Amino acid sequence: MTNDITIEKVKYIAKLANLYISDEEAKTLSKDLSDTLDFINKIKLLNTKGLKPTSNVTGLENVFREDKVSSSLTQEQALSGVSNHYKGYFKVKAVLEE
Amino acid sequence: MDLYKLTITQASKGLKEKKFSSKELTKSVLARIKSIDKLVKAYVTVDEENALHKANKADKLLMKKRADNPLVGIPFALKDNICTTDIRTTASSNVLKDYLPIFNGTVAKKLKEKNIVLLGKTNMDAWAHGSSTEASDFFTTRNPWNLGRLPGGSSGGSAASIMSDMTIGSIGTETAGSIRQPSAWCGAVGLKPTYGRVSRYGIVAMGSSLDSPGPITKTVEDAAIVLNAIAGFDPYDATSSPKKVENYTKDIGKKIKGMKIGIADMYIESSQKNIQEKIYQAIEVFKKLGAKVKNVNLVDPQYAISVYTILQRAEVSANLARFDGIRYGYGRDKFGEEAKRRIMLGTYALSTGYYDALYLKAQQIRTMIVEDFEKVFKKVDVIIGPTAPCTALPLGSSKTSPMFGEVQDILAEPSTISGLPGISIPCGFSDGLPAGLQVIGPQFSEKKIIQVAHAFEQETNYFKEKPKL
Repeated sequence: MTNDITIEKVKYIAKLANLYISDEEAKTLSKDLSDTLDFINKIKLLNTKGLKPTSNVTGLENVFREDKVSSSLTQEQALSGVSNHYKGYFKVKAVLEE
Repeated sequence: MDLYKLTITQASKGLKEKKFSSKELTKSVLARIKSIDKLVKAYVTVDEENALHKANKADKLLMKKRADNPLVGIPFALKDNICTTDIRTTASSNVLKDYLPIFNGTVAKKLKEKNIVLLGKTNMDAWAHGSSTEASDFFTTRNPWNLGRLPGGSSGGSAASIMSDMTIGSIGTETAGSIRQPSAWCGAVGLKPTYGRVSRYGIVAMGSSLDSPGPITKTVEDAAIVLNAIAGFDPYDATSSPKKVENYTKDIGKKIKGMKIGIADMYIESSQKNIQEKIYQAIEVFKKLGAKVKNVNLVDPQYAISVYTILQRAEVSANLARFDGIRYGYGRDKFGEEAKRRIMLGTYALSTGYYDALYLKAQQIRTMIVEDFEKVFKKVDVIIGPTAPCTALPLGSSKTSPMFGEVQDILAEPSTISGLPGISIPCGFSDGLPAGLQVIGPQFSEKKIIQVAHAFEQETNYFKEKPKL
């Protein structure tokens, strides 16, 4: 295997992606991700020198709308997806510590 | 008469001529769902009460002769990644299991404004990640032609529901193959429009530079009727096209004599022998219809698998980053195996040190593939080929490879990477399972690919075959 994504690497990527991965899953993912990388590395065989990257095929650029106020969600609507809210706010875990 | 068997065209005519009401039609379809969905398992949610209520409303419009479009009172199924305020929208994922959106996706909104009867929401691979419907967090949908086989995916529920007559019209979404491949495996008509032709607003995003919603129907004409209803610019989707919408039913029935049709050996050879056979037979049909069939050279679709995998997984990891369980849905611990695998690879491909070698390189090859098609479409009007490399595989097949979906969708990936429209239609049967032929055209050539697909459909009549359930 040319692209060994080690279990340590899997755990690091999981941290970046904010995913919880068990030791068992890390093992499977290490193999799956390495296999996938082996496959997609075929693109290295193609010469892309001088080619511009395409991120979007519509040909549209700088799509703006008129700066006009229009209706938006009410506070009640915005909160309707969760039971976990407090005095009209979303509740999140503490970010800062004392 | 079994009303549930009707196409949109037939049902619309019957409703206008008062041969039956929308309520009778809806009841017939709901009874069909009740009797066979326990076998096919196409629906995540069916909302009988709401459907009958909408049918009553449509009947009032039809009574007053105020039905201004062919979809009034027509029962519809939407893929469960299209936001609807009246039915939960799960994307077949445990993260969104109980999510009731506070807005309608533009496709849903447009169809509701046409007074369709929304029956329910159909099963899919969770987050549209897959080509089997086996990656649904809930259950696997079965192929109506053989219940031991997969329906394909990710819009497997939509394709299975339409071909088992559990709806009259349906909507799927495609990133690469997710409309066309399940349509091919189930024997339905699946139309993936040009990227930007149909708004993505309110659809649970997978690959934002690729996602295209479109119809899955019983006939080509039905697909054109539905596209007429959902196409168009949407201020809520910055990548939707301001180009004028054409009348997609206009060229239906027009002869295709003299039309230049391209075939690429590389595409045909990427499919199994039984599929190749059907494609060679189809080429003869097109010749008989007066088309000029020409060989064309395209970049090996093998490269498209790699390019697509990188771009899609990178976009997946960015899109799924927003699911935090804070504003709606459950937390990230509820992601299934396939979603995690895709987020992980995408995160890796976008991380420092790998961005240039993987993501940027893939975007450069995307340019190569776009230009390749542009060159070929100077010589031919459309390209035809197999939709999928094989017919429907047995249940369990998707578990064999971490790239099952990407490999299955090899023949849809190059065109989707280029934002091109494609339509899959049945082109015969092999061991009792349908095979699919696709017609691909330049951007915004929906009218033309519909014309070509319709000519083939009417000449071959495969669409008249129905699974026995």
